[in-house]
Amino acid sequence: MALEKQEKLDLLQGTLDLMVLQTLATMGPLHGYGIARRIEEVSGDEVLLNQGTIYASLVRLQQRGWISAEWGTSDNNRKAKYYSITASGRKQWAKDTAYWHRLSMVMGRVLTMSVEGDL
Amino acid sequence: MGAIREASNRVHSFFHKQERDSDLDAELQSHIDLAVEENISKGMSPEEARRRALIRIGGVQQAKEHQREARGLPWLDVLLQDLRYTFRTLRRDSGFATIAILILALGIGANIVVFSVVDTILLRPLPFPEANRLVRIAPKVSKCGASCATYSTDAVQEFQRQNKSFSDFTGYDAFTAPGNWKLTGGGVPIPISQIDVMDNFFHTLRVQPLMGRLTFSAEESRPTGPKVVILSYPFWKRQLNADPNIIGKAISFGNTPTTVIGVLPDTFDFGAIYAPGTKMDVFTPYLYDQVREYGNMISLTGRLNPGVTLAQAQAEADLLFPTLDGSVKRGYKGGYTAQLWDLKDFVSGSLRRSLIILWGAVGLILLIVCVNLSNLLLARAAARSKEFAMRSALGAARGRIVRQLLTESLVLSAAGAILGLGLAFAAVFYLAHQGSIALPLLSSIRIDKTALAWTLFIAVTAGLFFGIIPGLRIASGNLQDALKDSAASTTGGQGTARLRTTLVISQIALACVLLIGAGLLLRSFLRVLDVDLGFEPSRASAILLDYPKGLDTAAKTAAFDREVLHRVEQIPGVQTAAITDSLPMSRNRSWGISAKGKHYEPGELPGTFVYVVTPGYLNAIGMRLVKGRDMTWEDNDPKQAVVIINETVARYLWPNEDPIDRIAIVGGADARVIGVIADVRETSAEAKSGWQMYISAAAPQYGPNDSHLVIRSTLPVSTLQPTVLAALRQLNPGQPAADLKPIQLLVDRASSPRRFFVYLVGIFAALGLILAALGIYGVISYSVTQRTQEIGIRMALGATQRTVQLRIISQTLRMAALGIVVGAIASLAVSSLIASLLFGTAPTDPATFAAIFMLLAAVALLAGYIPARRASRINPMVALRNN
Repeated sequence: MALEKQEKLDLLQGTLDLMVLQTLATMGPLHGYGIARRIEEVSGDEVLLNQGTIYASLVRLQQRGWISAEWGTSDNNRKAKYYSITASGRKQWAKDTAYWHRLSMVMGRVLTMSVEGDL
Repeated sequence: MGAIREASNRVHSFFHKQERDSDLDAELQSHIDLAVEENISKGMSPEEARRRALIRIGGVQQAKEHQREARGLPWLDVLLQDLRYTFRTLRRDSGFATIAILILALGIGANIVVFSVVDTILLRPLPFPEANRLVRIAPKVSKCGASCATYSTDAVQEFQRQNKSFSDFTGYDAFTAPGNWKLTGGGVPIPISQIDVMDNFFHTLRVQPLMGRLTFSAEESRPTGPKVVILSYPFWKRQLNADPNIIGKAISFGNTPTTVIGVLPDTFDFGAIYAPGTKMDVFTPYLYDQVREYGNMISLTGRLNPGVTLAQAQAEADLLFPTLDGSVKRGYKGGYTAQLWDLKDFVSGSLRRSLIILWGAVGLILLIVCVNLSNLLLARAAARSKEFAMRSALGAARGRIVRQLLTESLVLSAAGAILGLGLAFAAVFYLAHQGSIALPLLSSIRIDKTALAWTLFIAVTAGLFFGIIPGLRIASGNLQDALKDSAASTTGGQGTARLRTTLVISQIALACVLLIGAGLLLRSFLRVLDVDLGFEPSRASAILLDYPKGLDTAAKTAAFDREVLHRVEQIPGVQTAAITDSLPMSRNRSWGISAKGKHYEPGELPGTFVYVVTPGYLNAIGMRLVKGRDMTWEDNDPKQAVVIINETVARYLWPNEDPIDRIAIVGGADARVIGVIADVRETSAEAKSGWQMYISAAAPQYGPNDSHLVIRSTLPVSTLQPTVLAALRQLNPGQPAADLKPIQLLVDRASSPRRFFVYLVGIFAALGLILAALGIYGVISYSVTQRTQEIGIRMALGATQRTVQLRIISQTLRMAALGIVVGAIASLAVSSLIASLLFGTAPTDPATFAAIFMLLAAVALLAGYIPARRASRINPMVALRNN
């Protein structure tokens, strides 16, 4: 089911944060635009991200010490702020990933059951 | 760990806004540039590429706003914004702000002062370690003032030995008088107040010395022992210039060198606990053996053993006290009883109700202040409705607007509280340093941490209370209507008007309650002032008389007395003078009197206040002789003394008989009754007069111990003082520079607690009245402004100035009448609470109620008349054209 309207996925506190951590952990240092594009690409058209919201997430993660930022130059010579995941960020990433896996597993089970119950 | 790091980063970001913002700007710019570049590379035109990039970012402003919220302290930002806005609006409306802050300062200041008084006298424990174990011991029924509130030396020492409840048991000599000693050695002797206390007195209270020691040794408590003294802190500071090496030095009292063994701390004030309104300068050992046969002398205080309850100690006292000896040597029982009181209850228990009433009154004032401010804010909010509608239309949430209004009211109440604290500090300083109000512990009143916490509490509560009503009102208003031009026709306006009227009615009702309470107390006070005291305090004054050494016989003393009186009466302006050993409404002591030859049950006759006086005293103090004659200098028969009694004594001892020339037994010896005087109010104007008798100072049987020279004169005391003192010093160079004090002072001191309460409640009531008047004026004046157009139309259609005025005044009076009715009903409930504080006044005193109703109606009329007058001056043409 494609989302017709823009859903603010970061309303679920931590959802966008985890996406950002995942992106940085797997892709290495990226600028804000790059992260946003990457998330959009990976999620296909399912997520229509308000790219601007990524910056609230970035500053939050940065202030918690999970990512660090540095101004650098892009491939085509543009100045951009590059983010990379820190050691404690990796720990958090592992923790949050495990949590999401468990949650989605449980949710999957619960939802299947409820469909059976309906029948 | 993450949370702490984030918090510190948020604080850091909060203080580095500009830096963070420019960083964010650059980052967003690079984001857009990157997006545009990618879009162009996909083949879009530069315009289209830019448009798409901006759509995808979803609003640069929102992105910035979200980022700021995530990194900084958004609530603090909002608060600062609200505060800045508040200060700006209040500055723009400085008239309103000034009035609001002043009203609040008065309301909150009054509350702080009263709280400090209540806290000091009622709530805070006495200023001694483990004060809850301190107990006051007094006879169960006291029929005769101080003499019956005391115990003999033998009884006290016996109880000390036998009891198991008290870790310490002590007392002081109850029969001291202000200015009874003189400090000599440096020019003119200075009168000071001295008291004998038992050796363990200060130890029982656990008072720690500032210097030296506070316990008298057994040797020092013997009549032949070394003369030693403990100084009060103020005395040491004032008279000895706070000499740090005073311990061990000798000071001369009445030319007797006395060694200083200790100085009391600043925090100890004997008068504040035991004798409100007096100051004790020096403390000397109670010389047990010297006064052993003087009868009941000691006023008692004890410290309970840990774990012993008041009830247990009471049970033991009930067993032991009746067995105690009045005098071991003479072998008679004292017939003692003992009621144990928590010392704190004894000190302030009788004031509890007055203080709670006072607290209630001042709380009522704060309530009126809040209602008043609520009203002012409502009027202001109505005027600002367009501003709020605009803000709301621009996206401000209603909660945010209410929050803004609450911020304003809290800022106002904080400013009011700060100014109020200033006023309260001044008032409390005054109360602590005046000496004429006979309330216990008043000298230790101060604004402490508890009072500051209380201030914070009432300021916040008041701010929320008076801010919430206008806040909710605005938030519930219809904003579209408010945005339309004619504000007067909005329904919100009408609803606000109704709310404001209700507030004013409740304000009038509250003021009515306060005024009736104050009125009843004032009437009681006037009744007290009106009481026939049995003597004439006005134009009489007294000075403590000192005797030269060597007057060892009654005859010599009498001769000296006559010489003094002769000299003083020659001073121009002096009508008459006489000498007494005790003045009315000050120290009292009692002996027994009975009719010779009649039988009385033990305990049937009350103690009788006794005064040793010279001939002419009745005249000098203004007492009325109803039968018989005054004394003469010839009434000095050593075989038979003479006595003058009061009517109460005459009625009881010789009912339906002529008491003149009857023989009475006075203190064990015969005395002939020569006169009867009208009853004198002995302890205060409010207490019934007891038994009194006057015996001749010329008689050798009863020598006086202190002597007060009483002078009746038309001259003011200040003019009289130097000439009287000069005359006395001619006869006796040792006469100290005592003050000639008006007798009225004694009367005033006795009624000072009542005066204190009446003044305070009266001030609060006046404040309440002014605030109510302001409220009425505000509402009526506002409604006139709102209805300018309507009034214009009425006048255009032929209404006269008179009818317009009448309409508005009747509107005011309707409001006042409602308030008065509600207030009267509430007053009936409240007045029964203060019934016990009233004197000669019924709690439903119709005169007071009627007077207050009239006063309120008159004030309402005045407050309504001013806007009514303005309304009647409206020019119909101008009013109609304006809208």
